[in-house]
Amino acid sequence: MLYLNIILAGLLTGAVYALMAFGLSVIYGVIRIVNFAHGEMMVIGMFAAFALYRWLHLDPIAAMPLVAAVLFLAGYALQRSLINRFVTQPEPIQFLLMIALAMVLTSTMLIVFGPNAHNVQLDYAFDSYEVGGLLFDKVRVFAAAGALVGAALLWGFFQFTRTGKAIRACADNNLGAQVVGLDVARLYGITFGLGVACVGAAGSLMLLLVDVQPYLATDYTLLAFIIVILGGLGRIGGALLGGLLVGVSEALSGFFIDPSMKSMFSYGLLILVLLLRPQGLLGRRA
Amino acid sequence: MRLSRGIVALALFFVAMAAAPLFLGDYPLAILILVLFAAYLGQAWNIMMGFAGLLSLGHALYYGLGAYLSAALFAHYGISPWLGMLAGIAAAVATGSAVGALSFRFRVGGVYFALLTIAFSEFTRILFDHLHWFGSSSGLFLPVTGRAGADLVSLRGPTVMFYYLLLAATAAVLLLSRILLDRRIGYYWRAIREDEEAAQASGIDVFRYKLAAVALSAGLTAIAGVFHAFYYNNLYPETIFAMGRSIELMLPAIIGGLGTLFGPILGAFVLVGISEGLTSLTAGLGIDGLKQLLYGLVLGLVVTLQPGGLWPWIALRLGLRGAMR
Repeated sequence: MLYLNIILAGLLTGAVYALMAFGLSVIYGVIRIVNFAHGEMMVIGMFAAFALYRWLHLDPIAAMPLVAAVLFLAGYALQRSLINRFVTQPEPIQFLLMIALAMVLTSTMLIVFGPNAHNVQLDYAFDSYEVGGLLFDKVRVFAAAGALVGAALLWGFFQFTRTGKAIRACADNNLGAQVVGLDVARLYGITFGLGVACVGAAGSLMLLLVDVQPYLATDYTLLAFIIVILGGLGRIGGALLGGLLVGVSEALSGFFIDPSMKSMFSYGLLILVLLLRPQGLLGRRA
Repeated sequence: MRLSRGIVALALFFVAMAAAPLFLGDYPLAILILVLFAAYLGQAWNIMMGFAGLLSLGHALYYGLGAYLSAALFAHYGISPWLGMLAGIAAAVATGSAVGALSFRFRVGGVYFALLTIAFSEFTRILFDHLHWFGSSSGLFLPVTGRAGADLVSLRGPTVMFYYLLLAATAAVLLLSRILLDRRIGYYWRAIREDEEAAQASGIDVFRYKLAAVALSAGLTAIAGVFHAFYYNNLYPETIFAMGRSIELMLPAIIGGLGTLFGPILGAFVLVGISEGLTSLTAGLGIDGLKQLLYGLVLGLVVTLQPGGLWPWIALRLGLRGAMR
């Protein structure tokens, strides 16, 4: 039963990881830019939710749509004004731009919020549901539910709206999309905005589970990479599968071996998958 | 051979660098050491990315192997760092070849290859956190014997000794790159960088030459790791294998100009100059993170204005052609 509870906690955390990785996957899948500032954006989401909690006493779950909306606008503006110029540059140049952006974001958070860890105190923080002997932490359930709602909304957007379909067309055939008159620059802006909104929403939810401080960012960036590659870069279902896998792997190795070694197992998993199935578990060969 | 302006300028540059310790105190010399570390490492990384088009984001792995192996052999058995360096190079070449061989065999390319290099280096970082022979996360320390006499055999000596070692290494890696670019292998690398399929179709053994680039770059990076270990005397997995080190290590080459010979040197001066300038600028203000913020802004500005790097832009204006660019 203990094992099942650990796996369950891992799965619920993994759902939030999945929403975070979704953002990375969407941006790479369409714009072909690897967002090396992804973890920084995650931490911005966490701090935004924390600020709303401290000043307006808003529950991070309630803050999630607000944070996502603000980050969507910021992401859209960032892509249109700066990142769009780098779409055709070689990878190392894009990488350098995103690293510079990451430095600016982390140090801004450091200046505004300081180096110490912050958390939210919720009155249901230690509650849990018991179903058939399984313990569901209330915060984890809420966070996972929020993540799944966010992911479902995004999936619905890409599946059913005209703009979503147009973005998928850009991803499938950029030249073709331009030929039929799609405004690719605008669609890229929306895509980047959505990716940032996703990771921001995941950040608000993550604040339910962990304390926030600026230096978390690099770990989240790397974690998001692991997840999307496990599942397959640019595949939305892949991010979900990867997120759950990493959540469970972290929970199990953290419990049975050593919490400080949990990410080593995630990297080991990543190396295995990259070598045996480089397109990811759900990915298709290019 | 006709002496071009470029060669004369380069000779003057190295003469000036060699004479610098006569006029500079220990502190400016220590900053020049940072420049040389950056220039050397930038060029070593550039062999992979700039010449063969292989993006490695995990070079801290090879740096750390060189640093840790030589330091541990010296600390535990008193083995000379030069022998330790051979062990470090061997380990880095073997690891680099393994990473390369696995990736190229399984056709892991582009972004996936870059992320795989991060995975290997982060995996190793956490592994070293738990290896007691290497001091685990509490660090590995070398006995400090004072900086009076220069003992070249066990690399115990004053700042100026390390300065000359690094200057020699930087000159050597520049010369090596120059020679390799003129040879068959240099042309093969650039052919692979520009169009791998076309290179393959023209009969180039792509697998072998890509592997050679990784192995050479890894081995050269390990040498700098050895100097780091014996210059700083303390090693922690958190700093040696850090993702941040891999990033720092490639910045001179990207800022200076990918695939150029002098780009990494120029990039090293510019980056260390910016960094030191910002340190003194922000030192009195006592705002944590301000230096990092300004550094990020300057980096972003440089890459937005000169995405192709600073050296090609300068070389064009100096009227340098061909080999000097």
